[in-house]
Amino acid sequence: MIEQKYRPLMEVRQLSLHFHQYGKELRKMMTVAITNFDMTIHREEIVAVVGASGSGKSLLANSILGILPKNAELGGKLYFEGEELTIEKQIQLRGKDIFLIPQSINALDPLMKTGKQVELVIKKKDRKNIRKNIFKKLGLPPEIGDLYPFELSGGMARRVLVAMAMASEAKLIIADEPTPGLDIDARNETLALIKHLSDSGKGVMFITHDLNAAHSIADRVAVFYAGQTLEVANAKDFSGTGNSLRHPYSRALWNALPQNNFFPTFEVQKFTEKSPTGCVYRCRCPLSTDLCAQQQPEAKMVDNGMVRCFHA
Amino acid sequence: MYAKKGTWFIVKNTLKLASLLVAVSIISFTLVSHSPVDPIQSYIGADMTSVSPEQRDNIAAYWGLNDTYTTRFSHWANAVLHGNLGTSLTFRTSVADVIAERFFASLALMGIAWAISGILGYLLGIIAGMRKETWLDVAIKGFCFTIASTPAFWLGLLLLMCFSVWFGWFPVGLASPAGILNEDVTIYERIRHLFLPALTLSIVGISNVALHTRQKLIDVLDSEFIRFAKAKGEHSFSLLWRHGIRSISLPAISLHFASFGELFGGAVLAEQVFSYPGLGQAVVQAGLGGDVPLLLGIVLFSTLFVFAGNLTADLLYQVIDPRVRRRRTT
Repeated sequence: MIEQKYRPLMEVRQLSLHFHQYGKELRKMMTVAITNFDMTIHREEIVAVVGASGSGKSLLANSILGILPKNAELGGKLYFEGEELTIEKQIQLRGKDIFLIPQSINALDPLMKTGKQVELVIKKKDRKNIRKNIFKKLGLPPEIGDLYPFELSGGMARRVLVAMAMASEAKLIIADEPTPGLDIDARNETLALIKHLSDSGKGVMFITHDLNAAHSIADRVAVFYAGQTLEVANAKDFSGTGNSLRHPYSRALWNALPQNNFFPTFEVQKFTEKSPTGCVYRCRCPLSTDLCAQQQPEAKMVDNGMVRCFHA
Repeated sequence: MYAKKGTWFIVKNTLKLASLLVAVSIISFTLVSHSPVDPIQSYIGADMTSVSPEQRDNIAAYWGLNDTYTTRFSHWANAVLHGNLGTSLTFRTSVADVIAERFFASLALMGIAWAISGILGYLLGIIAGMRKETWLDVAIKGFCFTIASTPAFWLGLLLLMCFSVWFGWFPVGLASPAGILNEDVTIYERIRHLFLPALTLSIVGISNVALHTRQKLIDVLDSEFIRFAKAKGEHSFSLLWRHGIRSISLPAISLHFASFGELFGGAVLAEQVFSYPGLGQAVVQAGLGGDVPLLLGIVLFSTLFVFAGNLTADLLYQVIDPRVRRRRTT
């Protein structure tokens, strides 16, 4: 299913993210936000990153784009089209080859007409017509271009953000939580637009906490917990009682959905000061053993998917 | 639709201004008529002994001081409505002429101070906001807090002491050198006399604009749309120019136009310290001399002046901020 003959579009290897902070009594502290994060995205592929709020998903987007705050320290390696994505490269590529669809519609400049904001993304000549064509594809009336963001409905603003991603001709789209707060129609429409982006040849990293949305449009789903990918499953693994899933946390998430067993799972994830010694999920895990507390499970491949668990 | 909106805007603001002027007149008139200053005594001054009680009564009768408060007010209000502001007791010419002449002198002072404090405050605010929490920001903030709590007259005295008395670079007061005919005063001399009062007023006006601009810039830089703009590859100056400048100009502009009142208040103090013959000094003279017509004339005029500032701020807000402009039309 995954076209291995292509060089991956985006590759994240052993990514880690720390923040330097001053704690009590001005003691220097380090907060761990992301550890051992791995991910690969190919062209025409949607990879969803699913995790609860506060698991560090949006930081992942910021890390790839290189727009982290100054007190952040990034470890590991990023590759874009096989080339290492250095800070200089990030500055050069963001907005051009890598484009963000932001979470909030407040991302539109409130004092600039939407049409102009979309046109600013277009690097070619004849911006106006290109913009109008994209608007037409997305079912946006051309007059929308003359409106300011506050005059748009939430769904329209969302489409304008997608229009910008299309206008950018980027190869990789990072959609950072594009669905929360939308009604069911607007949500489905947004998902269809994201699918459309990948069908037109782009790779999409779809960051969400909506597991339903994730497995319905993604090719693969990375399950994110406390700054780590616990599993990278194929979308089809999310079916039935979740027996094809490799990690207990993925199964718990899947079975917590209303249409499945609606079985509650508790979310307690905290950024810790030190890198965790054992498995990050062991305190919630029904399968936890002494081994899980002593060392972190390495990533391994099971049934064409990655998992970080001793029991898989 | 636009025409209708425009008419309504004019009608509304005319009514506002009219009621404001009426209220200000009544309050000022009441205050002045309860003032302990005896207008006859301050009019005659040191010659008081050579004026007999009968002559005093004649003057009082001539000025209408024996009439009731309401009669006097209605006389004055009626005259004002017919375009006659009366005659100044202190200057012995028509109030309108005094205001025109003095306002012209003050306009140079206030205009320069207003422009300089606006530009400097705006720039300092941007620099502090861009370099948030660095030594530069701390220095600018410290400077703003210091001058925000500095009275204008004290700052004026300080500058006077420093630059006029110690260094002797600038004259101690007045708008032109003494003993020279008005026509013979050079531009250079006028600027030399204007410099210190204008500097005082400029410094006093900086902190408000600077601190508000700084805060707004920090808010804007922290906003979602700036994060997104950075994610789109925009950076440094073009980022600020495209997405920041309009947002941070809004508070600066409305504050600065709405500060006409403080500007006028500051001018009163600065002109007093530097004996600068402007409207501010005239208002002090009118108050101390019991010159009711002049005082009321200036009060009305300054009300107009402050109102014009606020109205301009309102109008500019609509031009710059589409959220204000368009919401009114729909």
